[in-house]
Amino acid sequence: MARLSYREALNQAMSEEMERDPNVFLMGEEVGHYQGAYKVSQGMLQKFGEKRVIDTPICEAGFVGVGVGAAMVGLRPIIELMTFNFSLVAIDQIINNAAKVRQMSGGQFKVPMVIRGAGGAAHQLGAQHSQSLESFYSYVPGLKVVMPATPADAKGLLKTAIRDDDPVVFIEGELLYGIQGEVPDGEYTIPLRQGDVKREGTDCTVVAWSKMVHLALTAAEQLQKDNISIEVIDPRTIKPLDEELILQSVRKTHRCVVVEEGWPFASVGAEIAHRVQRGAFDDLDAPVEVVASLDVPMPYALDLEELVVPTAAKVVSAVKRALYQE
Amino acid sequence: MNDIRDEAAVRVERELLLDLYRQMLLIRRVEEAAAKAYAQGKIGGFLHLGIGQESVCVGAIAAARATDYVVATYREHGHFIAKGGSAKEVLAELYGKSTGASRGLGGSMHLFSSERRFLGGYGIVGGHVPLATGCAFAAKYRDEDDVTLCFFGEGSVPQGALHEGFSLAGLWKLPIVFICENNQYSMGTPLYRTLAVADVTECAAGYAMARDRFGGEDVLRVRERVAEAIDRARKTKQPTLIEVLTYRFRGHSMSDPATYRTKEEVEKWRQRDPVPLARARLVGELGASEDQLASLEAHVKAEVQEAARFAEASPAAEPDSVFKYVYADPSIDPRKL
Repeated sequence: MARLSYREALNQAMSEEMERDPNVFLMGEEVGHYQGAYKVSQGMLQKFGEKRVIDTPICEAGFVGVGVGAAMVGLRPIIELMTFNFSLVAIDQIINNAAKVRQMSGGQFKVPMVIRGAGGAAHQLGAQHSQSLESFYSYVPGLKVVMPATPADAKGLLKTAIRDDDPVVFIEGELLYGIQGEVPDGEYTIPLRQGDVKREGTDCTVVAWSKMVHLALTAAEQLQKDNISIEVIDPRTIKPLDEELILQSVRKTHRCVVVEEGWPFASVGAEIAHRVQRGAFDDLDAPVEVVASLDVPMPYALDLEELVVPTAAKVVSAVKRALYQE
Repeated sequence: MNDIRDEAAVRVERELLLDLYRQMLLIRRVEEAAAKAYAQGKIGGFLHLGIGQESVCVGAIAAARATDYVVATYREHGHFIAKGGSAKEVLAELYGKSTGASRGLGGSMHLFSSERRFLGGYGIVGGHVPLATGCAFAAKYRDEDDVTLCFFGEGSVPQGALHEGFSLAGLWKLPIVFICENNQYSMGTPLYRTLAVADVTECAAGYAMARDRFGGEDVLRVRERVAEAIDRARKTKQPTLIEVLTYRFRGHSMSDPATYRTKEEVEKWRQRDPVPLARARLVGELGASEDQLASLEAHVKAEVQEAARFAEASPAAEPDSVFKYVYADPSIDPRKL
């Protein structure tokens, strides 16, 4: 096992897939000469050349649309968005073209593309640069949505996403690029719809993905001091969702808290809460809690930002509510 | 000698125009049959007819090779047929049948044919332009010399996505020909109320594209001028923006009585209707016989009648198809997501 950063793991995934398949290419703003806005594509231009590591102007609708057209005729584009906030100006290409071409054509065309980039709040980036948009994309039939939390998951899932024949929205944690973790040596992939138990526990299930996994693990340490044992389930893929893994855990712990960075209304957390009550109603000893960001645009000031986003303290509190200890 | 050579040239042109006339007439008759079926309640949804504009798709696609790609809008019955699609597939799709071009899942606005490299009809105005640019990108990436033809109406010219597609095509020198079918109205609004310039091709300069602009009443002219642009794209990878001046005689869709224009205006454009103009030229200077044309027209009529019968008699769209084509991944059933 090598110890790699999340960004190095992503870089390895793309480089390995580009080595094995000439139809795979990387396109986006600053991916080449600048070496990536977050340095995820560092060294790739030197390795693969300008033909396959392609800098674009700032025109997300343009180059995401280019990815869709190229995928329809047999290429496997990796389209990097500097952040998913900018996906909003390309959302017509993603929702109306990428997600629908296969069905509209009666199965004649497929769109094997990955749309990847940073998502979620970072530090004090304000209202337009701090959004978690997974609920937008997982809402849409035809898309798959993947959100890895660790370097190992990032590499294995990105390789799977690149080989997948459907459009995959691959949202990376903006604050996760620098985290380190053990990554298996050699070739490996992780199937979509396969969640992961990030920490075993007995008293309450906490479902979290991407950066929120780390928040849940921090909360777990704090709760352990009060002799509360939580099980952290990371679905890793939002759509398709490994519902069974979540339900198995809830059937064991009888309680469930969902932690998400997005807004609470019509959210992925709300969907998971619905599925837990539907699939494990008789096993639940308390209502399902959802810890989400507050339903407001992100403020800039540090103390206000901390008020809005989920924190370990909020997770601890939600778990204690689920245990009727608060 | 001169007489003999001229005769041979006339024969070649006659054969070519006969074929283009047949295609235009077939498209027109298919759309008339569609309008009739729509009025009878046999087909639903939106129905956008291109009656009057047939010379643009027929002439342009006649200039392309079978391996070239075509991407079109929601007014694309003609483009689909010009690219080799059948009247049966169009009408069956409009009837929502499993035998339709897109198995009844697409409808009038979303005809597709992967085997003919017809990449579809799209319903978001201008939203297909970056996609077409991507198709051209793929051909260049693979060092193939296939060209992409991207059709759109003048109503999509103010749309942002179109300019992003243009910009990347010009920047990366992609083998694509952008063909603006200026049918004078974006739904009910004339061009002078939607664009600051009267000539759509003026924007080509900002994207280092070649440009051309001409009337679409002569299908042979359309073919010839588009052929120049295709040749340029294939050999030099320079994209071209073409504006073809044309007219739709029907409303924007079946629900539009087109009261925003005068009878005089429509009558003026009727004099430039490409279908009777092609016929007149065939009978006139190209020396086709009335019998020959009557036979061709009878064949077209029979083909459309047969297509309508086929569409009516075809099996309904399959219920399972609703779930089958959402994802390419066979492990995914949308009922269990």
